[in-house]
Amino acid sequence: MTGYILSRVLRAIITLLITVSLVFIFIRFSGDPAAALAPPDAPQEVIDQYARAMGLDQPLWQQYTSYIGGLFRGEFGYSIHTGRPVEALFLDRLPYTLHLGLTALSIALVLGIALGAIAAINRGRLLDRAVMGFSVFAFAMPNFLFGLCLILIGALVFQVFLAGASANVLFPALTLGLAAMGSFARFARSSLLETINAPFMRAAEARGIPFARRLILHAAPNAAIPLVTLVGLSLGALIAGSVVTEQVFAWPGVGQLLVRSVATRDIATVQFLVLAVAFTMIMANLIVDLLYLVIDPRIRVK
Amino acid sequence: MTKTPGGDASAPPLLSVNGLGIGLPPGGDRAEAVTDISFQIHPGETLCLVGESGSGKSVIGQAILGMLPRALPVTGGSIRLQDKVLPSQRDAAYQALRSVRMAMIFQDAGASLNPVKRVGRQLEEILKVHGVPAAERRDRVLDMFEAVRLPDPARIFAAYPHQLSGGQAQRVVIAGALLLKPALLVADEPTTALDVTTQAEILDLIAALKADTGASVLFITHDFGVVAEIADRVAVMKDGRIVEAGRAGDVLDRPQHPYTQRLIAASRPTGAKPSRAEEAPILEADGLHLTYRSGPIFNRRVTQAVRDVSLSLAPGRTLAVVGESGSGKSSLARCLLRLEEVERGTIRFKGADITHLAGRDLQRLRKSVQVVLQDPYSALNPRQTIRSAIAEGPIIHGMPVAEARRKAEDLLELTGLTAQSADRYPHEFSGGQRQRICIARALALEPELLIADEAVSALDVSIQAQILDLFRDMQARFGFAMVFITHDLRVARAISDDILVMQQGRVVESGATGQVFDRPAHAYTRALLAAAPGLGLAMEEGAA
Repeated sequence: MTGYILSRVLRAIITLLITVSLVFIFIRFSGDPAAALAPPDAPQEVIDQYARAMGLDQPLWQQYTSYIGGLFRGEFGYSIHTGRPVEALFLDRLPYTLHLGLTALSIALVLGIALGAIAAINRGRLLDRAVMGFSVFAFAMPNFLFGLCLILIGALVFQVFLAGASANVLFPALTLGLAAMGSFARFARSSLLETINAPFMRAAEARGIPFARRLILHAAPNAAIPLVTLVGLSLGALIAGSVVTEQVFAWPGVGQLLVRSVATRDIATVQFLVLAVAFTMIMANLIVDLLYLVIDPRIRVK
Repeated sequence: MTKTPGGDASAPPLLSVNGLGIGLPPGGDRAEAVTDISFQIHPGETLCLVGESGSGKSVIGQAILGMLPRALPVTGGSIRLQDKVLPSQRDAAYQALRSVRMAMIFQDAGASLNPVKRVGRQLEEILKVHGVPAAERRDRVLDMFEAVRLPDPARIFAAYPHQLSGGQAQRVVIAGALLLKPALLVADEPTTALDVTTQAEILDLIAALKADTGASVLFITHDFGVVAEIADRVAVMKDGRIVEAGRAGDVLDRPQHPYTQRLIAASRPTGAKPSRAEEAPILEADGLHLTYRSGPIFNRRVTQAVRDVSLSLAPGRTLAVVGESGSGKSSLARCLLRLEEVERGTIRFKGADITHLAGRDLQRLRKSVQVVLQDPYSALNPRQTIRSAIAEGPIIHGMPVAEARRKAEDLLELTGLTAQSADRYPHEFSGGQRQRICIARALALEPELLIADEAVSALDVSIQAQILDLFRDMQARFGFAMVFITHDLRVARAISDDILVMQQGRVVESGATGQVFDRPAHAYTRALLAAAPGLGLAMEEGAA
């Protein structure tokens, strides 16, 4: 078990180091940042001045070591436009994104698992087909389309404006969570069906265990195991979706900050945000790996 | 092995099944799964319901427990437990009967336990849902573990299913079935998935528990060896009907129905073929070692699968490699096939060292050494016609396509199928037919050595006998040497000239088959022979 934990943590650290290096390389090779920042007709001296200010005139390896060193000292750099530390900009936005993301994830999990279970129990009947049809639709529809529809209906039919920081989180969260809900529902259905037909379920029936107890205490914990993997993986889609959704609903979260920083070539901010997203993904998958220890004794005890 | 004669035929029957019929969904090979089934089980009696897969024997067990799926409706007849007619299928009233009045155990005990719950808790749950107070539950489970002779009951109580061996899991499941002292135990192939030695222990245990508790047993099996060990009475099923029933001794000694005679004959070995004179060996192995390493870097598991194994096989002869699962016999086959790199030792084929052959040389060797695997279902590509499956090898090794396709037809006819079936897909064939296809595919390259890895283990006994006959016929016709890997001593005796007994990766005994069977030198071989169900009976009859 300690071996399992150690190897997962080590893997997470290595992934993080690779990500940090890739971010550094891609930003340096996607065009000269100093030239992009300077006014269009700026003379070469001005561009050089920009480059000096950002340390871009130093050799690449020196930039890299000072970048990595900064990361370890907690110095992530300053936004070119506001002059504030990038982590402060990020922390301003984080509560909004967390609020939106966690609400969306809860909606996706609760609705997805409930719909999947309903479909599995009514396998092959009309209800199963309807639920599965709906989840394909939810999964396939682009985020922004559903968001725009919600805003339109809100504004034209109910005379309420659903976008902006003061609007209810429920609508952007629904927009964001719906796609994940669709895949959770389909996965929950197939996982539960597989479990329901497992030999130990028939054996439990033969032992006189009532149906509800078999479903909740025997089938559900087994069916949850593959679902946990999916939740970890869909976090990436949720983060990607949040960039679009925040833009559509004018929600002042990290996604919106990222779009704005990319548009204005705010290198330090983009660099930090990409790292933050990667860090979140890696941590989420580490947590999923460690969660297995709790829910699957076949990994916990050899 | 003790066999407790049981059953008091004068007492009123515990269970009576009268004219039971169970339907099949439309489009099956017959209208009903079982038709007009009638039998009785008296208190303390063991009735064996014998038949091959598809005979309908398992649905009878399900019907008694009220667990038939909706797709299999009861079409007639009745089931009575003592004087009461049982409720209709899937009725909620069964919950009070299951575990209390009757219990059921299944073939794969490990799979009939919930993998994420401790086994002790799962057994306590049976007591809980049937109203036993919380204070008593743990002790009753531990007592029952004691009764089924599980070592260290407290440790087993806290274990998860994957931590148990197959035999331990079956003991746990039997303990669960008998917790509430049911009057009837329905056992559906409970020992089929087990090694012979474990099988013997479990059969012994069931007989002893039956004698202690006075329970009756309905034992569903395909194996007449098991019947000989455990049955008081036998009912033989074929295509959904009981074709013969009677006292176990009578049916075994004087089977009346041709089908019963065939089943019993199929579970007996036939004489070995005349052996070819000693020639230079076609295959020699010397001091083979194979070690598997798996798992993450931090807790790497090391398994010594093959340890210092040497063997020699003359052209046209058959060497059986026997042993329990995990004894390393399949790993040995993989080494001989050059699918695994051995760690130490040498393998010589026709005198040439092939231990480290690679590239084109290895490819040429592949033509001469072919394999037939255990599971004929997964060994064929479901999207490839069988003609293409058989012709593929010869085409790769340079035979013109048209000729290879004709050859495929010839081989199909030779192996007992029709040339017309060449353009069909694997799913259109039965298990036995698929194994014929796999043999035809192996023979298409005209190998000099054929390695059969548990090639008849997944088949019913009567099909087993046919496939063994086919192997012998083909060997007589093509003259290849054969390494036949099996856990089944009856199969080994039927097919082999020489035998190699493996235990934990080592060879513990080897020699001519008849000699090893008649005068086993090693204790492990003797244990295997003693444990094999019905082998004693079969050998006496075979000699007569």
